[in-house]
Amino acid sequence: MRMAAWFYLVLAFGFIYLPVGTLVLYSFQDGTLPVPPFNGPSLQWYTEVLADDDVTDALFNSLIVAIGSSAVAVLLGFLAAYGLARHVLPGSAFMRGLLIAPLTVSYLIVGLGLLIVLNRTGVGLSLVTAGIGHVVINLPLAFAIIYASMGAQHENAERAARDLGASETKVVLLVTAPMLAPAIAAAFFLSVTLSWDEFIIAFLLTRFDITLPVEIWSMLRSGLSPRLNAIGSVVFLISVTAVLVLEFTMLRRRQS
Amino acid sequence: MTASVRLDKLNHWFGTLHALRDISLEIGAGEYVTLLGPSGCGKTTLLSVLGGFIDPDQGTVFIGDADMTSVAPAKRPTTTMFQDYALFPHMSLRDNVAFGLRMAGVAKAERHRKADEKLDLVGLKADGRKRPHELSGGQRQRVALARALAVEPEVLLLDEPLGALDLKLRRAMQDELKDIQRQVGTTFVHVTHDQEEAMAISDRIVVMNAGRIEDAGPPLRIYREPASLFAADFMGEMNHIPAQVGPQGAQTALTNLPAADLPPGAATVCIRPEAVRQDGKGIALGDATVRDATFFGTYTRAHVTPVTAPDMVLVAHLPPTSLPEAGTVLNLSVLPEDIRIFTKETA
Repeated sequence: MRMAAWFYLVLAFGFIYLPVGTLVLYSFQDGTLPVPPFNGPSLQWYTEVLADDDVTDALFNSLIVAIGSSAVAVLLGFLAAYGLARHVLPGSAFMRGLLIAPLTVSYLIVGLGLLIVLNRTGVGLSLVTAGIGHVVINLPLAFAIIYASMGAQHENAERAARDLGASETKVVLLVTAPMLAPAIAAAFFLSVTLSWDEFIIAFLLTRFDITLPVEIWSMLRSGLSPRLNAIGSVVFLISVTAVLVLEFTMLRRRQS
Repeated sequence: MTASVRLDKLNHWFGTLHALRDISLEIGAGEYVTLLGPSGCGKTTLLSVLGGFIDPDQGTVFIGDADMTSVAPAKRPTTTMFQDYALFPHMSLRDNVAFGLRMAGVAKAERHRKADEKLDLVGLKADGRKRPHELSGGQRQRVALARALAVEPEVLLLDEPLGALDLKLRRAMQDELKDIQRQVGTTFVHVTHDQEEAMAISDRIVVMNAGRIEDAGPPLRIYREPASLFAADFMGEMNHIPAQVGPQGAQTALTNLPAADLPPGAATVCIRPEAVRQDGKGIALGDATVRDATFFGTYTRAHVTPVTAPDMVLVAHLPPTSLPEAGTVLNLSVLPEDIRIFTKETA
């Protein structure tokens, strides 16, 4: 029974991490094809990738879109959660549903819908439009996370702050937001990782400046290369960093 | 800072529930008043009306001489100490206490000085840098008190402030609250359902039931001469003896009692357990058989059945010097001033 459990554990983690592991391994390939046998290790592909302006530009574009769209999504999500959690509004259950519903819509549909709207209104495609698309997909998530953590104990503290003379703005800035900091940070970092990896919407809604997944896709069309593995490894490293930062900030908050 | 409070014919409904019924009450400046009653009696609603969290459907709230009925909590000279303390978990104790002053635009050095002063008042002078989660329940309660007092309110509203504390700490905090109130001189309005707490700290108790004020007065008067049967029962244990008021006074199964001013009809005679005597003084209640008796340290609590009324069970608190065995016959009496009679109307 014990052996079976270990076997299951190894199998499960192997299933999850083997593809990533292979990707990272062949990014160090000394040769032009990321396939066995493994020769190396060599850092040539990393130097090549980091010297490639298209790739580094796309990488920075991705970071800007991820951080900018996440900040907007979290801000809007927070405001929506605050409004719906703290005020009795007509149809608030319906509004909650409406806010979360985009989670169920595929990214392709969201991207296509936005593309049609943008074409009609004559707004040119850019990183901003891709960012808008990412706000659309991340807002429901940010709202759900922040709304779920708005408890009654927060409400009482807000009431106390009001009683002590705080204006609504001060209540939100000095009491509500700091008390919800762990949830806000969680929503932000999750949004960043999702936006960072997102391809379809970014593909449909960008034109000249593109994000990294779109750049990778265009490079893929010219066939497999350890270059892609190197880029993939860098992407993976950044995602892992975001998740670790999230984990540690959350853990630190929970312990204090 | 202190101010009087005047409530004039307050009425409030939650849907169809008539939560406050014709509440009129005057509270003197610097008075310690307790709103006492069972849960759902409207005491917390009344406190919320005072604090500005509920706008009453009818009636007026005066604080000092100003009409405060529809003034927002932030603009009132009141602060509330909430039941769960509602401290700001992300701020140090000093910042918690200084919060109200910060909102009032007091400079940092000055508000920190005042906050330290208030922390000193509640005995937490050395802990200004701590966070609320590092404190015990009793300490959090003190911080909440310091925070509410830091803005120097004219009226401090306390919503079951001791409810979450264990009994021993609660009794200790009662004394401290009373002491602090004397020092600062602020009018305190305190909500509780614990009548011992109410008696221990109040200058005046307001007994509430079903949205109404049943009785209001100093603890001694409310305990010994309650205005209604409800107030009599709520303030402590009470023996009820059914009676019929007629020309001979109030007739009960035990004895006839003088009832000169009461209208004829059914009535209830009320006697506190500790008013039941064995020394023969006062009005004789006849012989009674002890069913059981328990020793409580400061008194012996006995259930007794009067010989003339075998269906009745009375509770008597007897001197702790003896523990009568079941079946012992005691000769009981009660002093006339220890008797209260409520007819249907006064109940």
